[in-house]
Amino acid sequence: MALFDPLNSLLGLQDALEAFRKSGWLQSSPSGSGSYPPFNIFRKGDDYVLIAEIPGVSKTDLDLQVKGRTVRLAGTKAVKYPEKASLHRRERLAGRFDRSVTLPIEIDPDGVKAECRDGILALSLPRAERDKPRSIKIG
Amino acid sequence: MSDAQELAVREKQELAKKEEKTIPGRYFVPAADIFETEEALTVIMEMPGVEKKDVSVALEDDSLRVDGQIDFSKYQGMEPVYTEYNVGHYARGFSLSGKIDREGISAQLDDGVLTLTLPKAKESTPRRIAIK
Repeated sequence: MALFDPLNSLLGLQDALEAFRKSGWLQSSPSGSGSYPPFNIFRKGDDYVLIAEIPGVSKTDLDLQVKGRTVRLAGTKAVKYPEKASLHRRERLAGRFDRSVTLPIEIDPDGVKAECRDGILALSLPRAERDKPRSIKIG
Repeated sequence: MSDAQELAVREKQELAKKEEKTIPGRYFVPAADIFETEEALTVIMEMPGVEKKDVSVALEDDSLRVDGQIDFSKYQGMEPVYTEYNVGHYARGFSLSGKIDREGISAQLDDGVLTLTLPKAKESTPRRIAIK
């Protein structure tokens, strides 16, 4: 059963997201050098979905790798200004990123799909068949 | 600005409420860059997850208001297991100094980044005065 019905309210979704802040699901601390981009991980049926906000990063500047249980998100975010402009405000950050995360589940590397749209990266991580929970019949 | 540096994480900033919204939920302040050239003022805002059709830009007197709505129905059927950021709509406003040519305002949204180009009205662009 889903914990919330997002169609009913945005607040419900926001509360659910808040409740799982840095939950213990990723038992070991994420490896890799940085913590950009921040991501959320969801369970969708048997499978998992990793969603990250990467506004301003185009598909061509993104390098995604999957090896075993580890997913690596690397890339560059560029912020450009015209030469003759005077800057009034500069809040957007630019630079390189390289983040790896080791998941507590086995994933099927061939089934991983990535979608990048409107500054949101969504990685669907199907759980490996042998890792799926099985119901045990009481005989 | 060099691209060689490591990108840091900046926590999303929640909008301080001036007026109460009728719909409950958190709003976030999009990170913004503003620069000015002789011809135009450019405002760039990061609003990941907002589609073109869900952005509204309003200019009233000298006040610019931008609102971006996210489609949270995409999260239907998903259960969070580990989260690092929250999601919500975006809103931000600026008071503009200087006159803007309203008819010439253009907006573009690419990879979750909204670029607003506000051309300056003719009378406020600097005129070069020739010395005789």
